[in-house]
Amino acid sequence: MIYRIATLASAAALAAAGAAQAEGELNIYNWGNYTSPEMIEKFEQEYDVDVSVTDYDSNDTALAKLKAGGHGFDIVVPSGNYVPIFIEEGVLMKSNPNEMENFGNVADRWVDVEFDPGREYTVPWQWGTVGVSVNTSVYDGDIDTAAVIFDPPEELQGKINVIPEMNDVMGSAIHYMGGEQCTTDREVLKKVRDKLVEAKPHWLSMAYGNIERLANEDIAATLNWNGASMRARLQNEDIAFGYPQTGYSIWMDNAAITADAQNVENAKLFLNFIMEPENAAMLSNFARYANGIEGSEEYMDEVMADAPEINTPDELAEAGYISKNCPPEAQKIYSQIWTELTK
Amino acid sequence: MPDPISSTARTRAALLAPAMAILIFAAAGPLVIVLIYSFLTPGDYGGVVWDFSTDAWFGVLAERDFFTEELSWADAHLTVFWRSIKLSLLTALLSFIFGFPTAYFIATRPRRSRDIWMLLVMIPFWTNLLIRTFAIMELIRNEGTINTVLIAMGLVTQPVQMLYTEFSLLLGMTYVYLPLMILPIYASMERFDFKLVEAGYDLYATRWQVLRRVILPIVKPGIVAGSILVFVPCLGAYVTPRVLGGGKQLMLGNLIELQFGQLRNWPLGAALSLTLLVIVMVALIFYVRTVGTEERSHG
Repeated sequence: MIYRIATLASAAALAAAGAAQAEGELNIYNWGNYTSPEMIEKFEQEYDVDVSVTDYDSNDTALAKLKAGGHGFDIVVPSGNYVPIFIEEGVLMKSNPNEMENFGNVADRWVDVEFDPGREYTVPWQWGTVGVSVNTSVYDGDIDTAAVIFDPPEELQGKINVIPEMNDVMGSAIHYMGGEQCTTDREVLKKVRDKLVEAKPHWLSMAYGNIERLANEDIAATLNWNGASMRARLQNEDIAFGYPQTGYSIWMDNAAITADAQNVENAKLFLNFIMEPENAAMLSNFARYANGIEGSEEYMDEVMADAPEINTPDELAEAGYISKNCPPEAQKIYSQIWTELTK
Repeated sequence: MPDPISSTARTRAALLAPAMAILIFAAAGPLVIVLIYSFLTPGDYGGVVWDFSTDAWFGVLAERDFFTEELSWADAHLTVFWRSIKLSLLTALLSFIFGFPTAYFIATRPRRSRDIWMLLVMIPFWTNLLIRTFAIMELIRNEGTINTVLIAMGLVTQPVQMLYTEFSLLLGMTYVYLPLMILPIYASMERFDFKLVEAGYDLYATRWQVLRRVILPIVKPGIVAGSILVFVPCLGAYVTPRVLGGGKQLMLGNLIELQFGQLRNWPLGAALSLTLLVIVMVALIFYVRTVGTEERSHG
């Protein structure tokens, strides 16, 4: 009898808990393989909120979905160069994270960013660089150069991958040919086009999924993101990451509340939550990128502390440029070059 | 007093309504939207601006070089069109080469075991396309099953590059679409009276003559149907070229996707989609003509 009462009581408790949970919801819309499950669990427990995470694979996909409405997402994580577009298109809520309790933790460098001056909409999620990954057992020359991709040494020819991200590839190539990102200088762009078309026969593929293919040695070099390069190195110690001296782009993905969020209070709690050093570190430990939150280093895995992919060498720090979204007139020319390159 | 004629007409209209609704909302409607979009101006960040423009249609076949300002054929698009048509034709041909003997084999088994053979053909067809494509990738990649075996046997020292070539595309698409060739050929062979083959031999025909003069003409509609069934989805293939082509061998499906994604040119994407539709229509008209005349000449 006692047993039966206990069962009833716990069932009632469960039902109550279920009801309470249903009140607290948070729907996150983020890049795939990018959200630390451990951190989500911690947030759920701390605030008694039921979190769901949905994936997307590009800023354009996310923007199209948010513009269409009726999506039910509260949090979205656009890249810095897309944040002005997201704001202009009216899909983000001005939630003033700069007034939140943990905002003081944001590293100075990431407080007053060009894409969201004063941080009225977004908070840092992760940031990284676009460089080159090379298998040093195949090629042991200098890898701090985009020549690895655009003028490949013989050892690497036919073993190169290029991620099919127009902005990243065009940015690297333009800087390699002596221009600036988003340039519309036709002389430079002609050189860029000729260089890309000339380099393409040496490339094996233009595809995503670098981590496994680098680790398996299906490819020996690739244009790559630093965190992905590190994840490959942790599986295959020959993989090294190079920062092109002619210029490499620095990007940051940022969490923001959607304009038509249903769970605004929970979303605000979440933004504040990820600015807590310990929680930001969980994100980094999962995706292997830096996070822009001061003091998170001490909670990070040991492998992150001295990782060359995360800690840019001082002499190469200058070469980095913050990735911008190019104006439509540049985009038009780039599209033409891109079509010709990928055809 | 109800008018019996108009009541029948009403009933008929009511019964037809679901079919008409599907035709209008699921077939004609979306096509009209695509057609309208192809005559609009691309928005700066995707989407369309409601300004009439024929630029998209112009851009399907022509382009203005950003450097020399010269007007020329849209070489990139033509390359992709040509590759799509060429690979689709080759896939149809390969499917025929493998599919015809398979269908013949199955059709000549005893009636009871035929179903089992057909089941074996169908099972892979029920498996998710992505999974089958990745399975092919696993087989042919450099460190994959085939290369590992070849190296272990000492036949090659370096892995053979099969992935990301036109070979891998053809292999992937033939594997994926083969059942669509086998099924219609088998269907027309199943009805085929094999006594006619015996009759051919009795009249001193060689095996080749029997195949060419007796079997092929009768199963021809099946072959043409199979070729169309393989050719059409190949033209619009998206997953296979993306996974097995490594992004260096775009096909029409990938080119269209690019316009709606990174290149943010929805009107051009819409115009390219309609161009694809036109190519498919041409293929279908060809099919109707071939089979049509064939049946008349036999009739």
